[in-house]
Amino acid sequence: MVIDADRCEGHGRCWAGAPEVFEPDDIGNGQVVGDGRVPVELEHRARLAVANCPEHAITIEES
Amino acid sequence: MGHHEPVTDWTTDFDHTDDVWAADPYPIWDELRRTCPVAHTGRYGGAWLPTRFEDVAAIAYDTERFTSRSVVMSEFRPPAMLAPAGIAPPISSDPPYHKDARRMLLPIFSPQAVEALEPATRAYCRELIAAMDGRDVVDAAEEYAQHIPVRVIANMLGLPQTDAETFRGFVNHVLEGVSLPLEQRAEGMIALFGYLQGHIDDHIAEPRDDLISFLLDSELEGQKLDPFQVARTIGLLLIAGIDTTWSAIGASIWHLAKTPADRERLVAEPALVPVAIEELLRAYAPVTMARLVKQDMDWNGCPMKAEEWVLLSFPSANRDPDEFDRPDEVIIDREVNRHAAFGLGIHRCAGSHLARMEMRVALEVWLDAFPAFHLVDPAAVHWSGGQVRGPRQLPVRIGPA
Repeated sequence: MVIDADRCEGHGRCWAGAPEVFEPDDIGNGQVVGDGRVPVELEHRARLAVANCPEHAITIEES
Repeated sequence: MGHHEPVTDWTTDFDHTDDVWAADPYPIWDELRRTCPVAHTGRYGGAWLPTRFEDVAAIAYDTERFTSRSVVMSEFRPPAMLAPAGIAPPISSDPPYHKDARRMLLPIFSPQAVEALEPATRAYCRELIAAMDGRDVVDAAEEYAQHIPVRVIANMLGLPQTDAETFRGFVNHVLEGVSLPLEQRAEGMIALFGYLQGHIDDHIAEPRDDLISFLLDSELEGQKLDPFQVARTIGLLLIAGIDTTWSAIGASIWHLAKTPADRERLVAEPALVPVAIEELLRAYAPVTMARLVKQDMDWNGCPMKAEEWVLLSFPSANRDPDEFDRPDEVIIDREVNRHAAFGLGIHRCAGSHLARMEMRVALEVWLDAFPAFHLVDPAAVHWSGGQVRGPRQLPVRIGPA
């Protein structure tokens, strides 16, 4: 998972919906937890975070 | 409401304070989206109303050609000399001034700061419920929803709880009195700032651990905020944080009162409340923001004139079938929901995390106390007009029929 920090406006949909994958920084902007790799069981929620980001700031790089 | 002539043509003469709009604006917007997606009116000195998601988003992102100098549409345009800060920064600010003014406020509304306010919020909600003991019918807007944000913000600012009625009056005047004559509008603003000035002087003399003292100690562009800047910022928090959240909580309770299946589902599955809140925010987004056109231009075929208003109808954008499946249905567990209830771009509601916490706690406490409740009479529900729409009278039966 990658968050484009220039697009993120801190809506918080990602860290609210998938707290294992995203976390808020000190002003509520999203950042990926760890190295951004998502285990299979969290994939659905990670994809929802992409679909729900109002700023289209999150992308998935398939590996 | 009702200070203007009734609207007969929504495409060329719309008015967001019209009684028909206040009662049920969705059919108006649906029709406009199909037939005239950017409506116009000569009222308020000229204004445009984009109704499609795509157009609302494009204007929200276009801070070059649209200014936020005033975000509340009325006959009054604040003088251009107030730019780039505007009348109540940062909501009324344009880049580049906007960025630092907003950055200064964001820590106050961070998820961590909001979490710390949750226990007190829950306690307020429970107090309000306790006061309803023994009643069969209560007004969920007047006796519940409206008090929650007032108490939360008063507590954050360090204003006395006993002044709640006073500043709720100021807020109503500013937001719902938009069709009053200019002189009366100005009087309301002056009264609000006079009130705030007294409390600011008090905090200068005696600093405390609250938001007014935090603001007095804050710096912008290397300089401490002056008391007028502090007053403008507090004015913003009151105006942006109170009847918006009140409306969102009220609309949510209204929906659940008239939709037993959704109410029962949330009672049975409290973990679904955060997902439900996003759907209620989408379907009943309370807030519409305004912009002013900077210069004469052709915007996608619309001949926009300098100083004309644009109403950014996030509520209409949220019902656009090009963006949402079955937009007119409330799907309480809707998972894919990229709604714009808190705006888009650099002016995303700075208090959105606080608003969501207040909504969630308000619904959790309400559903816990009243697992079964319903509307007394759908016709008795009264909605505010203007740019913040929510139920202002909402009688619900909480006891045996």
